[in-house]
Amino acid sequence: MKYSDYYAALGVERGASQDEIKKAYRRLAQKYHPDVSKEPEAESRFKEVAEAYQTLKDPEKRAAYDALGQRPQGEEFRPPPEWAREHGGGDAQFSFEDVDFSDLFSRFGARRGAGGFAGAGAGMPGQDFEVPVQISIEDAFRGTTLELQLSMPEYDEQGRLRRVPHTIKARVAPGAVDGQRLRLPGKGGKGFRGGRDGDLYLDISLQPHRLYRATGHDLYVDLPLAPWEAALGAAVEVPTLAGAVNLKVPAGTSSGRKLRLAGRGLPRPKGAAGDLIAVAQVVVPENLSPRERELYESLGKESAFAARRHFAEGA
Amino acid sequence: MSIPSEVLWLDEHQVVSLEELTECSGLSRAELLELVHGGAIPVRETSGTTYTFSARVVQVARTAGRLRDELELDMVGLAVALRLLERVRGLEDEISRLRALLPRS
Repeated sequence: MKYSDYYAALGVERGASQDEIKKAYRRLAQKYHPDVSKEPEAESRFKEVAEAYQTLKDPEKRAAYDALGQRPQGEEFRPPPEWAREHGGGDAQFSFEDVDFSDLFSRFGARRGAGGFAGAGAGMPGQDFEVPVQISIEDAFRGTTLELQLSMPEYDEQGRLRRVPHTIKARVAPGAVDGQRLRLPGKGGKGFRGGRDGDLYLDISLQPHRLYRATGHDLYVDLPLAPWEAALGAAVEVPTLAGAVNLKVPAGTSSGRKLRLAGRGLPRPKGAAGDLIAVAQVVVPENLSPRERELYESLGKESAFAARRHFAEGA
Repeated sequence: MSIPSEVLWLDEHQVVSLEELTECSGLSRAELLELVHGGAIPVRETSGTTYTFSARVVQVARTAGRLRDELELDMVGLAVALRLLERVRGLEDEISRLRALLPRS
């Protein structure tokens, strides 16, 4: 396992008082708490800070941590056998395989809750987990089965903590949107001694798509139009997630006009599907042939259209 | 071949009870009721002293539980934080909608 310097994480001296530790934690938690912070790396930074505080705020855990000595951050190490005897609940057989550094100190909670490793106290519920998951817009449209590989800390019957790998399959029905939350009851950390198993929460986000921009169940797509299609109207083919459809572009369509294809967006688990909204973008060729130039020049001379008339009206 | 797990959608179509909210948030019944009465957690239906909620608020209640535990907020601070977070979420949704209107290039 890798050593974590908890004092450095909180930015305090090793001899800091409990009050200094608490103040440092509060300052950093306000800055990095993932529910309120927009700082880059806020989530991982808060995790470090919270892990450090959970250990250092508790005198018993802090003493156990201090007994490991000071080491460089991230150094590979294994607690010596005497540390396990003294701080591992008297369990000299305790193995440090399959545990993270933070798990060493989480063990104290289980020991207290269970009245010691060999005790028969009340059960402890398993930990809930939240996992961010990105899916494609196509998967949101069709539905998908996620296969998640998670490593969860779990207590065995003796109250010893282990990291246990789990593969969890979850069927996501069609219609998930950005920000959709899903709950998998009982798929979080295992409960200890009769405590209920924790839940797994999935925070769904949609991957950026080369064509579509999703907002809720509606999808937006740019619809490039040649000037003559925009002016005269046209029937054009628009790609949808269920295949191309024909769209009638009305004559006199300017850039930014929204043309709605009802029910062609993302499906809803209950109720009507969202819409696909094609946003007209009038585009012109970068290079004109001599004939095209001639036609545009001729049109310019003939047309009474004043694109910037409103400038004069507002003056 | 393992069977995919049961998945519950935390959206407006699903309903949860006050007891379920206490279980998934770690907040006590009294704390949740304080947030409910203060309007920080919207109720779907009230029947006497029985409340039901849209499953969408599970996330709100879990956030409240985390903020209480990790930022050591009291109930007043918690209610203010939840209201501000709701406003931020609304503004982020609006930004997302307006961004979707912008052409790609």
